[in-house]
Amino acid sequence: MSDRLSVRKTYKLFIGGAFPRSESGRSYVVNDGKGRFLANASQASRKDVRDAVGAARKAFGGWSGRTAYNRGQILYRVAEMLEGRRAQFVDELHATGLAKPAASDEVDRAVDRWVWYAGWADKVGAVAGSANPVSGPFFNFSTPEPTGVVGVVAPDSPLLGLVSVVAPVIATGNTAVVVASEPAPLAAITLAEVLATSDLPGGVVNLLTGRRAELAPWLASHMDVNAIDLAGVAAEDVRELEVAAAENLKRVLPPGISDWSAEPGTARLTAFLETKTVWHPVGV
Amino acid sequence: MDFEYAPAPESRSVVDIRPSYGLFVGGEFTGGHGEPFKSIDPSNEETLAEIATADEADVDRAVKAARTAFEKVWGPMPGRERAKYLYRIARIIQERSRELAVLESIDNGKPIRESRDVDLPLVAAHFFYYAGWADKLGHAGFGGDPRPLGVAGQVIPWNFPLLMLAWKIAPALACGNTVVLKPAETTPLTALVFADICRQAELPPGVVNIVTGAGETGRLLVGHPGIDKIAFTGSTEVGKQIARTVAGTGKRVTLELGGKAANVVFDDAPLDQAVEGIVNGIFFNQGHVCCAGSRLLVQESVAEELLARLKARMATLRVGDPLDKNTDVGAINSAEQLAKIRELSQAGEAEGAGRWSPPCELPQRGFWFAPTLFTGVAQSHRIAREEIFGPVLSVLTFRTPAEAVEKANNTPFGLSAGVWTEKGSRILWMAERLRAGVVWANTFNKFDPASPFGGYKESGFGREGGRHGLEAYLDV
Amino acid sequence: MGDAGEVSTETLTSGPELRAFLHGLPGVDQVGADERAARLATRSIKTSAKAQAIDLAISMVDLTTLEGADTPGKVRALCAKGAHPDPSDPGVPKVAAICVYPDMVATAAEALAGTGIGIASVATAFPSGRAPMEAKLADTAMAVADGATEIDMVIDRGAFLAGDYLKVHEEIVAVKQACGDAHLKVIFETGELVTYDNVRRASWLAMRAGADFIKTSTGKVAPAATLPVTLVMLEAVRDYREQTGRMVGVKPAGGIRTTKDAVKYLVLVNETAGPDWLTPQWFRLGASSLLNDLLMQRRKLSTGVYSGPDYFTLD
Repeated sequence: MSDRLSVRKTYKLFIGGAFPRSESGRSYVVNDGKGRFLANASQASRKDVRDAVGAARKAFGGWSGRTAYNRGQILYRVAEMLEGRRAQFVDELHATGLAKPAASDEVDRAVDRWVWYAGWADKVGAVAGSANPVSGPFFNFSTPEPTGVVGVVAPDSPLLGLVSVVAPVIATGNTAVVVASEPAPLAAITLAEVLATSDLPGGVVNLLTGRRAELAPWLASHMDVNAIDLAGVAAEDVRELEVAAAENLKRVLPPGISDWSAEPGTARLTAFLETKTVWHPVGV
Repeated sequence: MDFEYAPAPESRSVVDIRPSYGLFVGGEFTGGHGEPFKSIDPSNEETLAEIATADEADVDRAVKAARTAFEKVWGPMPGRERAKYLYRIARIIQERSRELAVLESIDNGKPIRESRDVDLPLVAAHFFYYAGWADKLGHAGFGGDPRPLGVAGQVIPWNFPLLMLAWKIAPALACGNTVVLKPAETTPLTALVFADICRQAELPPGVVNIVTGAGETGRLLVGHPGIDKIAFTGSTEVGKQIARTVAGTGKRVTLELGGKAANVVFDDAPLDQAVEGIVNGIFFNQGHVCCAGSRLLVQESVAEELLARLKARMATLRVGDPLDKNTDVGAINSAEQLAKIRELSQAGEAEGAGRWSPPCELPQRGFWFAPTLFTGVAQSHRIAREEIFGPVLSVLTFRTPAEAVEKANNTPFGLSAGVWTEKGSRILWMAERLRAGVVWANTFNKFDPASPFGGYKESGFGREGGRHGLEAYLDV
Repeated sequence: MGDAGEVSTETLTSGPELRAFLHGLPGVDQVGADERAARLATRSIKTSAKAQAIDLAISMVDLTTLEGADTPGKVRALCAKGAHPDPSDPGVPKVAAICVYPDMVATAAEALAGTGIGIASVATAFPSGRAPMEAKLADTAMAVADGATEIDMVIDRGAFLAGDYLKVHEEIVAVKQACGDAHLKVIFETGELVTYDNVRRASWLAMRAGADFIKTSTGKVAPAATLPVTLVMLEAVRDYREQTGRMVGVKPAGGIRTTKDAVKYLVLVNETAGPDWLTPQWFRLGASSLLNDLLMQRRKLSTGVYSGPDYFTLD
């Protein structure tokens, strides 16, 4: 066995359901925990951001228009696929320096987290929506709706953190452009492979690897991105990104979570929802 | 025969406008250290009063007063006690509602019928509504004991001066925050009477502070480091400035900004009510409404008939003295706003749209603009894209429901939309697809304290009203 | 109502065609119609406008008595009142018509001779309309023969609600024929039709069948006339003129008791159908006790002090 030369995986970007290399042709070296070469990851460019946003926008109507039940089903299917690839994720996390038990624990938590969010798809409307008793002959109801295309700057927690920021965004019907952890992008691409082989429509999740400092400003300033999750952004970079995000009044979720194993609550789930209120007269 | 309605002016004797007004800080009326400004009656350009301007030190004083009140009194106070203060305020507003309505119409230019029948009842209702939440916050879905944010800096516009004050102050106080509020410089008077109402209610000093002034005062308030939360209603342009100002500070922000709402009329609509809805959508409050139905999207098959009815109806609109009880359309709030409406209307003509107004005699003095509609408007025209914030309607046509949705959503704004059809399933189909925070189906421009209000996209973020409105003032 | 006689009732359509037409009319949103009517009701009509409105309202009154206890004496008294509503003030206009049961028409005609006041008779088995067609036509013909200048017929609400629009149409056409020169007011009894969609359909049905006037109610069913129902009918006559060039009058009846009520109706007419309808020729108020309140308010305007009921005749 040890004589056999392993077949390495090429880590590419995930845009619109396909796995292109960066249009820039660039890549960067990802090392393992001991500083040894592990893989070359694609180094996405601003044009890749542009393409990913385009793919996410294109996918938004279809994804948000599906029934919540159907989205829940698809997300649960993703969890099944994650579970099936447990060993691969554990190996991958282990290779990047995590001890086996810790890697195993992270994968378990990530799968469970995904299952948790999958179940929310058809419940958040009941929890966040309402029928409002207005003073007049009208029926008035409020429903939460997805904000649109959400840019996600993922945290460095390579799988649990990533799952914790991606799942809530898409569970509610948004589509996502995700900038993966810069030092630990490999699990993200493997997650993309899971997504690609589940029933998730292409473009719902788009994953870019590369330099955060290069990509995040393009995402924050893109006028066709409706919201941005700054989970993986360093404190000193928040201001500049928020200024850029102000140009089209993106909804901004600032960073703040460091322990991704803690109970998530519903904050991320509701962060990228719009409340739509509909009035109709009641008469004969 | 001609039935001429004789003038029916509401009495001004219920208001007592003082020659000058100061700031309201820490429960006291105090002077301001900025250059004072004048508030005028836009219907005749007469000066109503001189108003103090809060400078940096004044704003600081107000924020400190609010901080002290938050820490010492209002924050620790049990919700049921806060509730009773808010109920008191609601009652006093009802008792003084005629005075407030007349003052609002004088300072703003809006018809007394609207300030009396719309603004003031909603103001009182808003305080009543949120009073009841003050001791029930643990049941609102934000955890068992949600905490207030602290001191809220609130900047409000001139189109619904007292109503926007209520939308800001009632939920903030109910949640246990204290506030520093800046009314618009053209309409500060009712906010200052509200300060007096706070005193009559014996609200603890510093819980509500009112600082007057122009944009600079607002900037000072928004940029003040002692503010935990900013709530702004106004233009999208200023909203973006605010978002940039607070970037990286961690301050919580909610913004209610501009709109360019589509009012979509299908060929099976209840036409007479649709005409009323269109009129109410764009001529209510002189079109100074962020959620105004400023783009009429009418199905081509019924466009001609609808427009004929609409024009006939517009011809019955009574434009004039805001205090006349029969006035439907009052004065434009300021010379500046009038200039903007004129400029965009001229752009509409220049771009080739057909301009029409009913015969309409406008007063000589004051700021006036006749109800106007533009036909043959294309999506690419400025009058179809920019918020005019005046009594100007742009009429576009569509052929299919999908085209209506596409055109309605083809704007950076997303505050409101209207749908008119007798077909229930089509209403829900449209309501699902319209990217707007409020969808009025077979009605328009309806407001209620129990109903969340707020925009998608560049119309801002956060909701005011209802259970959802609490979130803006709780640390959740 | 000058040209009403010349208007041919439109070519009789088949039942299904009539139904398709009526159901193809734009719907009426109840809440929106109520809102519009309520908003117009907030118009403030003061001083000179109020004086004008009061005199106009008096001249539009169809002064009515429709009681089982009606007697010739009662009818004669009412006629005298209609001709000179306020004996102390000759400037008060006379009412538009006196409205009575068919058997009282002769009495009224005699009492009103030379006054120019219309003699209106309810007919067609008023108020229920539940009688054979022959009886309805006889009812009408006899009232006309006795001198009625206006016939207030009731439609067969049962037929209408059962969807038999053709039957209702044919009845109106037949009664119109029986009216001869008398003008025909068609009463819908909107309190039984209930929905505004029905009121709009009934309005078009009646106008197409040749009605000179459309009228809300008999006064025997609650609710009788309401502002929103009248609004819907005013919209119908406005639209009908737009389409055909023919004007049809409107008469709310029942429940209009105060000057304030009457003025609200005039505002409604003014801002819905338009000033062309602001004449007794095209708008009537079916009422009995309203007249004295109008007189009392008129006195208040002219003298500046509030009057009392003892100063006006009870007839």
